[in-house]
Amino acid sequence: MLKRFLLVLLLSTPLVGVASSGGGHLEKANVDVSNTASLQRGARNFMNYCSGCHSAQYVRFNRLGADLGLSEAQLQDNLMFAAERPFDTIQVAMPAVDAKRWFGQPPPDLSLIARSRGADWLFGFLTSFYQDDTRATGMNNLLLPGASMPHVLWELQGIQRAVYRIENDAAGNEHEVFDRFEHTTAGSMSTEEYKEFVRDIVTFLEYISEPVKLERIQLGIWVMFFLLVFFLFAYALKKEYWKDVH
Amino acid sequence: MSTSNNEQGAAKRLLDWVDARFPLTKMINEHAAQYYAPKNFNFWYLFGVLSLVVLVIQLLTGIFLTMNYKPSAADAFASVEYIMRDVQWGWLIRYIHSTGASAFFIVVYLHMFRALLYGSFKPPRELLWIFGMLIYLVLMGEAFMGYLLPWGQMSYWGAQVITSLFGAIPVIGDSLVEWIRGDFYISDITLNRFFALHVIALPLVLIFLVVAHILALHEVGSNNPDGVEIKNTKGPDGIPLDGIAFHPYYSVKDTVGLAVFLMLFCAVVFFAPEMGGYFLEHANFEPANAMKTPEHIAPVWYFTPFYAILRAVPDKLGGVILMGAAIIVLFLLPWLDRSPVRSIRYRGWLYKLPLGLFTAAFVMLGYLGMQAPTPTYTNLARLGTVIYFAFFLLLPWLSKVDKTKPVPERVTYHA
Amino acid sequence: MSEGVDKSRRHFLTVATTVTGAVGAGFAAVPFLSSWKPSARAQALGAPVEADISKLQPGEMIRVGWRGQPIWILRRTEAMLKSLPEVGSFLRDPDSEQPQQPAYATNESRSRKPEILVVVGICTHLGCVPAERFDLAPADLGPDWKGGFYCPCHGSKFDLAGRVYKGVPAPLNLSVPRHRFLSDSLILIGDDTGVA
Repeated sequence: MLKRFLLVLLLSTPLVGVASSGGGHLEKANVDVSNTASLQRGARNFMNYCSGCHSAQYVRFNRLGADLGLSEAQLQDNLMFAAERPFDTIQVAMPAVDAKRWFGQPPPDLSLIARSRGADWLFGFLTSFYQDDTRATGMNNLLLPGASMPHVLWELQGIQRAVYRIENDAAGNEHEVFDRFEHTTAGSMSTEEYKEFVRDIVTFLEYISEPVKLERIQLGIWVMFFLLVFFLFAYALKKEYWKDVH
Repeated sequence: MSTSNNEQGAAKRLLDWVDARFPLTKMINEHAAQYYAPKNFNFWYLFGVLSLVVLVIQLLTGIFLTMNYKPSAADAFASVEYIMRDVQWGWLIRYIHSTGASAFFIVVYLHMFRALLYGSFKPPRELLWIFGMLIYLVLMGEAFMGYLLPWGQMSYWGAQVITSLFGAIPVIGDSLVEWIRGDFYISDITLNRFFALHVIALPLVLIFLVVAHILALHEVGSNNPDGVEIKNTKGPDGIPLDGIAFHPYYSVKDTVGLAVFLMLFCAVVFFAPEMGGYFLEHANFEPANAMKTPEHIAPVWYFTPFYAILRAVPDKLGGVILMGAAIIVLFLLPWLDRSPVRSIRYRGWLYKLPLGLFTAAFVMLGYLGMQAPTPTYTNLARLGTVIYFAFFLLLPWLSKVDKTKPVPERVTYHA
Repeated sequence: MSEGVDKSRRHFLTVATTVTGAVGAGFAAVPFLSSWKPSARAQALGAPVEADISKLQPGEMIRVGWRGQPIWILRRTEAMLKSLPEVGSFLRDPDSEQPQQPAYATNESRSRKPEILVVVGICTHLGCVPAERFDLAPADLGPDWKGGFYCPCHGSKFDLAGRVYKGVPAPLNLSVPRHRFLSDSLILIGDDTGVA
């Protein structure tokens, strides 16, 4: 019975892997929330480029400071533009009514965006803006077609356009399929520099989506170790008592 | 009483004092020290006690969550993040509760499968099985109501879809849906009442049913992997020859099982609380929005077999009826199975094969219920549904004609 | 059943498993008990508050809310300050020997600057808020009354430095919260880092 049960478990494991995909083939964001330098850069990039429109209303500056190794003075000088007190959360200056008028909908809060969308998607999103003159912003996004967000980082990345190719499906019908991006205007950063810049932002977003993550994993190792000791004692005790049973 | 035994004497006198007023010793003996369980339990027999452990975990963490959770549409989502970030250790309490919900269904499904393997639902344990099924039913309600509370997109649209099912009932359907929601859509009012049911009403029912389940078990005695009734062969002292005292033998054995379970449980809590989007769905990290349905909605994994059956039927009312029937038919199991033999060990291929197919169909339906429907998947779901019901409908006949092996007098046990 | 049983081993393993389990239960209790401590939000809301005293005239008092408590800031007049040594013999703890104030307020005026009194306006008896009674020798408080605070709940009396009178239910002087002057006109209540 046990063997059959394990077999079922084994056979069902591949299913677990495919659960959360669905976005197609995203480039891996490769973020590492234990990389403090990347987090600090990401925090700065976020405050400079994102926080004008996006809040992170569950994130307190003093928590950021403690986790990212920043002093109160460093927080005040580098990150806290609108906020006054270190325990304030990251709020947005733009009133929601204006936001709705300008963008059609208020820009979403980003506290949990990495948990709902995933780091790879965010990385893809921020690198997939392309020129589209039919849009009011002049830009469109491959991962979020019709995105109301303008390409805030275009001066860094430059402007790219999407190149399509024709493919035939099984029924013989022709389809336009995205092939690649082509730079039309150079930005102030090289492609690699820009990717690193975006990676830092995504690392920061990943961190704020669950600030306790590193602490959680560290504690987990101790808990597992403790339970192992408990298991060994319990197992020896069981063996000892069951000597009675014939 | 000698002077060296004074302390023991005092403890004994206190116990006597209590026993004269409350059946403490009697209860301990009946349910532990002198409850004789068959000695041949295998690992399948752990999941009952583990279900009880998970129930306690859920009650404890649930009580602490209510201390900071706010059951209102305006505050619910933010209060969960408040627990996750601002409340000291709140994240751990919340992760234990969310992991516990899935763990509950894992152990309960395995516990139920054990009953199918060894015929634990067969006479005289029909009522035990009925209580167990009621627990399962209430647990589904409890999980469903609880899932609305984080007030994320999945919470909202899951509740929307499931409450809409009642709309399929002719004549009264629409007003029934309004009555359940207390509004014309899933709103603050719905959230508030689901909260009350989730934290007070259903847990009380659950505790009552669990007590009834355990009392019924201890009345008829435990079944075992051989399906042999150990009460039929008693020693001169009136104790079953194949029985051993629950305490200490099974209390120490269950402790080992508990340790292993806690290791698996904590591995999820500390290293993968989202479990790849199965225990905490990604879309639920977005606040509920009545104007926008997520691209792909699926119930949490433990409901998906029934959800797949619902979707397999191209008719709204028919789907709801079939889904309900899939659960009700489980209640009838003790009367559908007419085999003279309990355990699968002494049954023939006419039970082993259908049970294998049934299990495979259940797992497949569970998988399909999570996927977006495609024509292939829908056909597979229909196949699964047919197998699911065929198992129960053919069981009265199959279990009668099945060639069984002779059942031994005593249980098989190798020390 | 008991032949050949190694009783000491059995006993040792029982104790070892029980103790490990109890230690584990103890560890598991920590998160639950800790979750009752003030959360990050409560700490943010309970953070130090600033009080502007630039418009506070001698003899006037303002109230500031901090951590759900009324904080009184009184700018005492020369006459008020002069009354402090005069009432000493009527008081339970005239020299502020009980730890009801930070070290910098353990002086006759119980304050950083003699004229500025900062106290928590909560009676040390059962938590009522005393009333300000700066009138001299009123009929109800007797001819010796030099001004101070009177608690309406159980009649406790305090002088103009928040020191408790003898023969009233309140046992202790009103407490002085940690505070510091950010400037001549700005007080930060709840924080005294750097100037303690």
